[in-house]
Amino acid sequence: MQFGILVNEGPYNHQASDSAYLFARAAIEKGHKIPRIFFYHDGVNNSTRMAEPPQDDRNVTTRWSKLAQDHGIDLVVCVAAALRRGIKDELLAPGFRISGLGQLVEMGIQYDRLVTFGD
Amino acid sequence: MSDMDDMDDGSGIIKKFMFLNRKAPHGTVYALEGLEVVLITAAFDQDVSLVFTDDGVYQLMKGIDTKGIEVKDFSKTYRALEGYDIEKLYVDRTSLDARGLTEDDLIVDVTVLADDEMANLMAEQDVVISF
Repeated sequence: MQFGILVNEGPYNHQASDSAYLFARAAIEKGHKIPRIFFYHDGVNNSTRMAEPPQDDRNVTTRWSKLAQDHGIDLVVCVAAALRRGIKDELLAPGFRISGLGQLVEMGIQYDRLVTFGD
Repeated sequence: MSDMDDMDDGSGIIKKFMFLNRKAPHGTVYALEGLEVVLITAAFDQDVSLVFTDDGVYQLMKGIDTKGIEVKDFSKTYRALEGYDIEKLYVDRTSLDARGLTEDDLIVDVTVLADDEMANLMAEQDVVISF
């Protein structure tokens, strides 16, 4: 099955992005496909390579980048939500790109399921 | 919103998208940014339904005035939805009742649904996005 994932909350402040990551990993392990993950609202804050969490904590952003690289996942950050929060192309971690909300709608149209992680 | 005409993913597929608006219009950004997704989805010619439930019913309340909190008042966007062919607006009766509101308190025409009717409507959808 093809799953699309929508992440609506920022890292560390809220568990939504952790849950989304764990769901994505579990779905892939079960043989499902996750072609794209879309980051909206404060979820866009998952994408910045400027984040430096303490050494003894998980690094949410690099975890997304690795998952994307290992499994060919398209990590899309909403442009309007990103600009509002100061997320720019030059700040993006590997595997992320900025694009429009149309990319989210396409996920709903084309994939078997769209799963939202948020508050 | 001028970039929203004639969007198409090329598949010709039309799915039933439900947007579940659960939050008050102000206090968090969910309602404002959620509306953006609704408008884009309509521009893709999808079958869009909007549901207002929990504190989301306050999004449609008459007489919203944001001057005191110095944020944008986007409530007029709900009146403009018809212009985007978004005409399926549903409000959860339980949520209205719990807040002492009736249809007369709302700025647009809606269909008020009981819990079981709402559940049936949700079950018909292909995609449910919750804000």
